[in-house]
Amino acid sequence: MELLAFGKTGWGDELFYATLMTVAVSVTAMLVGFLFALIFTPLKLSKYKTLNLVGNFYTTVIRGVPELLVIYLFFFGGSGAIMYVASIFGYYEYIEINAFITGSMAIGIISGAYSTEVFRGAIQSIDKGQFEAAKVLGINKFGQFYKIILPQMLRLAIPNLSNVWQITLKDTSLISVTGLVEIMRQSYIAAGSTRDPLFFYSFAAVLYLLLTYVSMKLINKLEVRYSRGY
Amino acid sequence: MDFDLMITSFPKLLGATVVTLKLLSASLFFGLFLGLFFAILRLNKNMFINKFAYGYSYIFRGTPLLVQIFIIYFGLGQIEYLRTTFLWVILKEPYWCAIIAFTLNTGAYTSEILRSAFQTIKLGIIEAGKSLGISNKIIFYKIQIPIAIRQSLPAYGNEIILMMKGTSLASTVTLMDLTGVAKYIISTTFKPIEVFIVAGGIYLFMTFIIHNVIKYLEKKYSFQQ
Repeated sequence: MELLAFGKTGWGDELFYATLMTVAVSVTAMLVGFLFALIFTPLKLSKYKTLNLVGNFYTTVIRGVPELLVIYLFFFGGSGAIMYVASIFGYYEYIEINAFITGSMAIGIISGAYSTEVFRGAIQSIDKGQFEAAKVLGINKFGQFYKIILPQMLRLAIPNLSNVWQITLKDTSLISVTGLVEIMRQSYIAAGSTRDPLFFYSFAAVLYLLLTYVSMKLINKLEVRYSRGY
Repeated sequence: MDFDLMITSFPKLLGATVVTLKLLSASLFFGLFLGLFFAILRLNKNMFINKFAYGYSYIFRGTPLLVQIFIIYFGLGQIEYLRTTFLWVILKEPYWCAIIAFTLNTGAYTSEILRSAFQTIKLGIIEAGKSLGISNKIIFYKIQIPIAIRQSLPAYGNEIILMMKGTSLASTVTLMDLTGVAKYIISTTFKPIEVFIVAGGIYLFMTFIIHNVIKYLEKKYSFQQ
């Protein structure tokens, strides 16, 4: 137990901050994923074949390629790509991207592919009459989506989004390979310096279980909130 | 774009694909039995056995696969007693550690898939079997299991694809699978995009094959025949 003490003698505070880091990366990645879903869901639902193709390309490639490979692409290719863009604007210095940004972008793109599929499914399962009724009432496009489609869609999407959240949370363990100090990386450091990997990795597992458990409880509450009236 | 690198790295990556496929097939094979075993435990009316099986699937589905591999590969070696048993022959090899971790992980997901398939079987079918005087054992093996397998094909197809992506984690315990070799080539040449296209292409090709095989099986064993 003294291994987990807070302060200089134990790893308690380090692991606590690492847990906060995992949560921060997961939330950022989830939000980045929503942004991607916001772009690609309309593409997938569009009536133009080319736009469909772009949307399908994104979800198929990301969901068919291992997360680790995507992370390596971002880790090794991220600063190169930014430097290439910067060189167009006449900036030639070396640019290093923060591991947090690289990690949450990589996980965000993966999470976005799953979110896109969830939103597409949710929108498609809304009755067509709802769209037509909104149109007939003369509500503008923004109001149609924001006031009529979105509230109904969320109710259908939340259970599946909770799965996406779980996947995202667990995927963040992979960005420990980039050196970002989250639960997995911190356990690796602690295991290395105390020579007690069994304890620290098991403790990491407990932390992840705790995170998934708490988030499940919170999401269940959301689910109840968004299905009121049904 | 460095096309030369793409062409020269292709055979290397293809060789590493064999390792990925070996890991995948071994863990799916053992995982299916483990999953079936735990699915049957989940259907047991005994609270204790039921909770045990639920705990297993909850733990393995609630923690990242990376943690599971690390516990088995780095953690178990720490137990002195294990080092003296014959298990150590297996546990000191990263290859077997990876297979054990993947098996336990896919077993947990498979048990959930099969459990829900068992539960969706209509009671009428089992009753029909009973009224024909078929014994409970035969009903289970010849009626429930085949229906459950058919029922769980789409979900199991997804699980196979997820597991295929999961095998990429073997590279974190020094195994040179497709992702491991891809990472090696990237870190020696610093050309991530080219390597990603080739390695990603191989993974997508495998996804495509698995997807279509499952689709074919679904059609072949569909009820409307």
